Amino acid sequence: MSSTEHSEHIDSDTGKMGMWLFLFTELFLFGGLFIVYAVMRSKYAVDFHHAALELNVFVGATNTVVLLVSSMTVAMSLTAIQQNRSGKAIGLIFITLILAGVFMVNKYFEWGHKIGLHLYPGSDVMKTLPHGEIMFFGLYFMMTGLHAIHVIIGGILLTIVIRKIQSAKINSGHYLLQENAALYWHLVDLIWIFLFPLLYLIT
Amino acid sequence: MKNHENHISSDTLNWTVLVILLLLTTISILAIKMHLGAFTVALALILASIKVTIVLTYFMHLKFENLLLRIMVGAVFLLFAIVIAITFIDYYFR
Amino acid sequence: MTNSSTAEPLNYLNHKTGLWSWLSSTDHKRIGLLYLYSITIFFFAAAVLGLLMRIEKIAPGPTIMSAQTYNGMFTIHGIIMVFIVVIPGLAAVFGNIMLPIMIGAKDVAFPKLNLFSWYVYISGAFLGLYSQFANGHSPDTGWTFYVPYSAEASSNVVIALTAAFVLGFASILTGLNFIVTIHKMRAPGMTWFRMPLFPWSLYATAWIQILATPIIGITLLMVIAERTFHIGFFDPALGGDPVLYQHLFWIYSHPAVYVMILPAMGVVTEIFPTFSQKPVFGYVPIVFSSMAIALVGYFVWGHHMFTSGISYESRWFFSFLTFLVAIPSAIKVFNWLSTMYGGSVDLKPPLLYAISFIFLFTIGGFTGLTLGSLATNIQLHNTDFVVAHFHYIIFGGMGFAFFAGIHYWFPKIYGRMYNFKWANISWGFLFAGFNLLYFPLFVIGIQGMPRRYFDYDPKFQTGEVISTIGAFILFIGLIGMISNLIYHSKRGTIAPSNPWHGVTLEWQIPSPPPHENFDEVPVITREPYVFDHPYTK
Repeated sequence: MSSTEHSEHIDSDTGKMGMWLFLFTELFLFGGLFIVYAVMRSKYAVDFHHAALELNVFVGATNTVVLLVSSMTVAMSLTAIQQNRSGKAIGLIFITLILAGVFMVNKYFEWGHKIGLHLYPGSDVMKTLPHGEIMFFGLYFMMTGLHAIHVIIGGILLTIVIRKIQSAKINSGHYLLQENAALYWHLVDLIWIFLFPLLYLIT
Repeated sequence: MKNHENHISSDTLNWTVLVILLLLTTISILAIKMHLGAFTVALALILASIKVTIVLTYFMHLKFENLLLRIMVGAVFLLFAIVIAITFIDYYFR
Repeated sequence: MTNSSTAEPLNYLNHKTGLWSWLSSTDHKRIGLLYLYSITIFFFAAAVLGLLMRIEKIAPGPTIMSAQTYNGMFTIHGIIMVFIVVIPGLAAVFGNIMLPIMIGAKDVAFPKLNLFSWYVYISGAFLGLYSQFANGHSPDTGWTFYVPYSAEASSNVVIALTAAFVLGFASILTGLNFIVTIHKMRAPGMTWFRMPLFPWSLYATAWIQILATPIIGITLLMVIAERTFHIGFFDPALGGDPVLYQHLFWIYSHPAVYVMILPAMGVVTEIFPTFSQKPVFGYVPIVFSSMAIALVGYFVWGHHMFTSGISYESRWFFSFLTFLVAIPSAIKVFNWLSTMYGGSVDLKPPLLYAISFIFLFTIGGFTGLTLGSLATNIQLHNTDFVVAHFHYIIFGGMGFAFFAGIHYWFPKIYGRMYNFKWANISWGFLFAGFNLLYFPLFVIGIQGMPRRYFDYDPKFQTGEVISTIGAFILFIGLIGMISNLIYHSKRGTIAPSNPWHGVTLEWQIPSPPPHENFDEVPVITREPYVFDHPYTK
């Protein structure tokens, strides 16, 4: 029988289901941290409230807005490719990447500020804080850190998507990779939607 | 194989969803000014859940996907909620 | 062996040759064999470690090694067996080789991802090995990595944790692939309830792989963060809770044992109808039992923690759920026995292993209830009773099911047949050795012998000696079984395409299968276990 190379294009429903299953694993990965948060928050409600004052709500809110807008732009880029407007699609993904960059810059300054104050896990200052605050900051760094790694991965995926649109490998007939990259990006947004109130708004 | 999506989200829809999400975010931030004590967590989580549902439904296109996928997503969140609840059978009663 | 005098038909084994064609193949059958060979090698390495531990335990005090070495041995024995052999085991080997064929598909949904999963697996396995030899000494925390010791011990814990993390990722990729494959690639006419039961068991397993594995991933990362950054989640001095580690660890590791046993149950569920020439008794209950085990298995993790200080209410809850989850397993045992009842039973090696599976798994299952019972658990926790229990379930259960599966599908995979007498004699050594090795551990466990202890009170020595003798007998059986299979994979008599008169799809294609499995896409018109012309000897 003919030994044709296994179809270059995976059926879009199949590929999409695979991506959703992968998203489930990411949800449970962060879920473990949310379990720790729930336990520690219930144990140290006052300390959490106190420690959260150290966080800047304005920066957190900005980052929330940034990610929400970026979710919109990446969703719109899918509409664009479906309408065969690859230039618009690329432009929208590019804006998404810029917004991702803004997020990371904000994160850099946020972390930098705390590290400058010696407020990081294992530091001399951290050891002197009440237990609940140590837990809060540990969760803050680990959750936002893991999240930031995912922002970077999402950014890389979206960059690959731009390349593939440019070379027409992604087009109005075949855009599974773009769809899946967009789903991944929305996941990054979803995680942050939970992180923001739990870390910043518990004052 | 071709994507056989029937539904293409309009730009209007996407903008509308964003505005709603921004509104809910604003409400969450303003809510902390109100001293709700123990209910702050509950309200924050409720608002976050609504936002997550909106992102899942519209941006992530679940509203226009087949039922199987929607059941899977629901089941996954439910399972996670149960696991947290069971963990608290320990912590709450210790 | 290359060409015989008559031209050998083109099949997946000779489709392309050379080492690179194997290492770059996206053919699910070849990937399954890659997993088979790597798992077998690692299994033997860990088995040798087990044998060395048994030699050490033949007498109190040091016999052939120091206490430190012993602790390192049971740690790496556990890491290899759990993460490298048993969790991937049946799904990665027989799932990969057989799943697409049994549902009438050409391959899995994502063949390249499948090959990638094997490379991830190998990387994790080698990282695990590396943890033994890197600077510093090999971890001695046990495969369970409990804090505070795993956070403080000055050994290569981080490398071992990373290895487990990577291996978990391979497990996730396999599970993902199988779920999509089963949803999307079934042959025309194969509705869900016309799918055979091994694929069903893989489906239930795959969901656990997807939804449980990430939790251990993040938990291991937390321990790494503890060692590297003193993050404190599990450290009471910083406000953390070491029991929280146990919760997170077992939230994965309990469902993980269902990852181990569900495919095993699926394999024997294929063997019983074939060797009874009779449909499976209770197809639908078996389907729902498999899904029920997967689901309820999520909610019992605390039964590993009854003596850790968790609340009374949660102990009650976990014990109750543990008893509940035993019910679907018992239903399956009833169904397997009923399948054989009144059938034309042919006691070939696959059935011999499958029947002994029922016996050993049942002992393991009953002793699980003893452990799951709050009062008796206090006496038995952390004793050799636990060691005996899980070896009966995992080795007696999953292990013997694996042996059953390899004896069942061997003629399909290699197109050749092994020697039955050799297989049966090996079985005899395996079965006798296994029970001699592990049953005494129940007894000395009840009498108070702790687990993971290098030394012991002389009153336990009789049991320990019997156990060690059993280990040697078991080892002879293992070598006998494996050499039979390896020898005949190249030199056995050519096997027909359906030597066992089975009725599922894999038996309708040539042995070994062609590269793309089916010349024509099969169309399914009825349930899977219909024996129109049962074969009677």
